[in-house]
Amino acid sequence: MADTVRCEAGDWVEVSYVLLEPADRSVNLPPETAAQQLIVWVKGFARDGADVGEELTVETMTGRSVTGVLTDVNPGYEHTFGRPTPELTHVGADLRARVAAYRVAADASAASPKAGE
Amino acid sequence: MASRTEAVLARKGEIMKRALGMDYAQFERSPIAFDYEGMMAAHGFSLDDITRIQRAGGVGDTPLLELRNLTDLVRSYADPGMGARLFVKDEAANMAGSFKDRRASVSIHVAKAKGYLGVIAATSGNYGAAVSSQAARASLKCIICQEAFDSRHVGQPEIIEKSRICEAFGAEVVQMTVGPELFSHMLELLDETGYFAASLYSSFGISGIETLGAEIAREMTALTGAAPSAVVVTHAGGGNTTGTARGLKRAGATSTQVVSASVDLSGLHMASDSDFNRKSFTTGHTGFGVPFATWPDRADVPRNAARALRYMDRYLTVSQGEVFYVTEAMAKLEGLERGPSGNTAMAAAMSIARDMPRDATVVVQETEYTGAGKHHWAQLNFARENGVQVVAGDPSTNVPGKTIVIPQAPEQIRAKEMDLSKMRRSYVRNALQHAGEGYAPSADDIAFLAADTNTTPEAVEEIVAGLAAGA
Repeated sequence: MADTVRCEAGDWVEVSYVLLEPADRSVNLPPETAAQQLIVWVKGFARDGADVGEELTVETMTGRSVTGVLTDVNPGYEHTFGRPTPELTHVGADLRARVAAYRVAADASAASPKAGE
Repeated sequence: MASRTEAVLARKGEIMKRALGMDYAQFERSPIAFDYEGMMAAHGFSLDDITRIQRAGGVGDTPLLELRNLTDLVRSYADPGMGARLFVKDEAANMAGSFKDRRASVSIHVAKAKGYLGVIAATSGNYGAAVSSQAARASLKCIICQEAFDSRHVGQPEIIEKSRICEAFGAEVVQMTVGPELFSHMLELLDETGYFAASLYSSFGISGIETLGAEIAREMTALTGAAPSAVVVTHAGGGNTTGTARGLKRAGATSTQVVSASVDLSGLHMASDSDFNRKSFTTGHTGFGVPFATWPDRADVPRNAARALRYMDRYLTVSQGEVFYVTEAMAKLEGLERGPSGNTAMAAAMSIARDMPRDATVVVQETEYTGAGKHHWAQLNFARENGVQVVAGDPSTNVPGKTIVIPQAPEQIRAKEMDLSKMRRSYVRNALQHAGEGYAPSADDIAFLAADTNTTPEAVEEIVAGLAAGA
């Protein structure tokens, strides 16, 4: 969601447009995909001021002009690491203990008179 | 009325010829055979030339690390006398964080040398970061087309991170919903801009990976006195297997076993809007690995330089849960926190090292960068949010898209062997189908198919006869 609902010319924004309607999509798609529009999102510098939801042309980083509906102003990223996976939290301690125990046993075996058999 | 997609696909040959600066027609010998080595050599770069190009781009010469703690972990449950030494090539140390920098570097060098103003690639993976980074260094413009979202505008954290890093390097990222029309839109953009096609599957890209195989052969010989017993490669479109194996051979490591490994995503449809976010791996999985190995010429170039069946000695699959477990183990035991997809081969390597003698050596040939989103916790949290069950248990009970079963102990990590003879048969069937009904393969075709599937002409003849008999 955009924090700002309006952009001014020159702002870094995101626009979206429909590339293909369901009727124009490739053949042999699974039905759940074939039923959907193919939608594109592109970021660039706004040519004009606009409200989110209005049509706008942007100039992208490569200098292309792309027209779509304004979806976000100063778009950012919110992906994270999130919380640890409980099924994995014990792995480190468990495996360190295994390696340590293996080395103690291997050292003991190397030091015993039977070593080298 | 021809649709927009059909119209641009009809011009694919013409668009790609201009965008690659190379006419593939010169290599064709028949509806089946083509001059593979001629195509690979056509750029005129030696391995030393490519090494120089890559060093200038900040690519290659990555650390080769012995994993003593993981090795001892495997030995703690292997049979007496077993448990090969494990090594990893830390490819995350490349400029943009993965081996894909090697693949991008040669394409970007060629694009710059030939005077193109920019480059375009279609990729939701690390390759986008690699192309964007190399393009920035070469002062070239860059467009990356990504399949990023399902129809709800929900994207996996790993892919969202790839969008972010490409933009960080100054690329224009064209984010799209699910569908193979990504490639027709890439063609439209190539046509509109006149940019170079930095295809994952051109000879430039694949030649760039050869330095990785050559470095491994040379560095392992210096470290252990011999080339590695086995190199394990995370396999998707086939480029990683092909380039690494070719580099190993060029550096004289002819007896090293090349083992490809993919995450098992069987049962999930790659073009499905609803399956899209039920995958916890965006690459290195069987959804690419099997179709590309059994029909490489499905790529965006007329002939794919990545031909994995030529080079793989074994093909193993592992489950998503096994890879996430190994990702956690690598961080905690080796101080190597790396992205999950690149650890697919590590899970397979731990499995095969257990069955190899202690004096054998196994090299995992890549790691990839990690960070917010591109991390096993992020992917597992996302899986749960999208209705996939994450549970601890026996990973052999894993069902792709429904469950992710995290092993409870390392001895539960067991890679599954794919039947290469079935894959060869599937490849030959595809080649005959594409040649057209009634086409009778010549002796040259049979020899080509044998080379392309790493088998004998007699074995190919047998497959052809079997297919003709409807077997």
